[in-house]
Amino acid sequence: MVTTTSRRAVYEQKRKRRSIAVATVSSLIVVTAIVLLVPRMPRWDRVRQSFFNGERFRDSFPRLLDAFILDVKIFAWSAPLILILAMMIAMARNSRSPALFPVRALTIAYTDIMRGVPIILWIYLIGFGVPGLGLDRPWNSPLLWGSVALVLTYASYVAEVFRAGIESVHESQRAAARSLGLSNWQTMRFVVIPQAVRRVVPPLMNDLVSLQKDVALVSLIGPIEILRQAGIEKAKFANFTPYIGAAVIFLSITIPLTRTTDYMMERERRRTTGTRVR
Amino acid sequence: MTTKISLHAVSKTYGAHIVLHGITLDIAEGSVVTLIGPSGSGKSTLLRCINLLEPIDDGEIYLDGEDISVPGLDANPVRRRIGMVFQNFNLFPHMSVIENIILSPTRTLGVPKAEARLKAMELLERFALADKADSYPDQLSGGQQQRVAIVRALAIEPEVLLLDEITSSLDPELVGEVLDVVRELKASGMTLILATHEMGFARDTSDVVCVLDSGHIIEQGPPSQVFTAPKSERAQQFLQSIINSGRL
Repeated sequence: MVTTTSRRAVYEQKRKRRSIAVATVSSLIVVTAIVLLVPRMPRWDRVRQSFFNGERFRDSFPRLLDAFILDVKIFAWSAPLILILAMMIAMARNSRSPALFPVRALTIAYTDIMRGVPIILWIYLIGFGVPGLGLDRPWNSPLLWGSVALVLTYASYVAEVFRAGIESVHESQRAAARSLGLSNWQTMRFVVIPQAVRRVVPPLMNDLVSLQKDVALVSLIGPIEILRQAGIEKAKFANFTPYIGAAVIFLSITIPLTRTTDYMMERERRRTTGTRVR
Repeated sequence: MTTKISLHAVSKTYGAHIVLHGITLDIAEGSVVTLIGPSGSGKSTLLRCINLLEPIDDGEIYLDGEDISVPGLDANPVRRRIGMVFQNFNLFPHMSVIENIILSPTRTLGVPKAEARLKAMELLERFALADKADSYPDQLSGGQQQRVAIVRALAIEPEVLLLDEITSSLDPELVGEVLDVVRELKASGMTLILATHEMGFARDTSDVVCVLDSGHIIEQGPPSQVFTAPKSERAQQFLQSIINSGRL
């Protein structure tokens, strides 16, 4: 146990105080600069009126929140499907059996094509195209096919993340697992995938945060979710404040999401590793 | 003595490079066979071939008289009879020590979890690792990790254990604790095949020493003969270089 008066502790204390001071002062300078300079801009008054109008904010916020439930729903059913499909694609692409060559070729073609075209285009093509085949309710819902488009495109991105993770697990781990008599599938299931997934949690969260935002693109083919609702609110009074409201709502989801992941990663790292270089 | 493993004209190539040139070797049940030789002589490849981690190109490998090198044979049941320990331990870093050990018994042999844990704890106690059961591999020293890797291999109760340079990535002061484990395994009557650079250990513990060079066994016999009166000129050179470097 280190006593608080040890040379080391005194040094650490001093260093900590200093860095807090530096951070505080520099943050204050930046904030003051913004607060002092932005209102001096020639049209600040008009911008404040049309983007930061308190009345419009309070008025539109409940309806935005209502519309956001649809975003959350689309996210909630798309994300698990994306993860499952992406993992299947990544595993197919990592398969080693010569007999599975056609499957590998197919997954490569799939990821190339899905990633090579903007998401918005897939949403149009699938969201308008498939219902256009003359399907009956509920199979002609743009909400359904918009979600399908999201799942198919995002799965190709996430599959590449999983693939990178799987390939980052050293060959010697597979050798050890196989030497213990585990089958190829058991080796993937218990040894390779768990390590791969842990390693790709940060880029995976990155993609999920993007998904949470791209859900709004589905509105372009019809469903009234938050972005579209914000557009409607904007049109009422020709005021952009509802967009700020929408941004606040998005942030209230994405920030806790990323913070929680970081916390979980840190806890996992502390649990499984020894000392750390500082 | 009965023959446990028999290699007959085993050949292995990587592209144009021939790693093993028709290796023929009989390993008696309960014996300790040591493979020595310069780096790249084929020691590790030979062990990996016996474990069926690498398919051989020619020849046959017999386990209890049964050909286990038949192309297309299901390797998993064979591997449960032949354990292997690696130079770099290869413990699974996302699992605790006990989870590493019970993974194969519970998943491949269908042993109930509680029973597997009980047996794993017995093994850990035997090798003075009981207090490490819930630690993670990265929290252990190299010597402890390698002993856990040995316990993990023993947990499936193999008939043969392959040890691939298991002390090569350990600090000198940690080598002893791992070699003690190997001595105990020998005393328990297990068939051991080891590739090693620990010449003193090879001399004192082996029943048979094989000197490999460029994929050939150039010298084979009891350690007393191989270390003191090698017949081939290449083996004499190799052993002389070891004696000169003070490793024997």
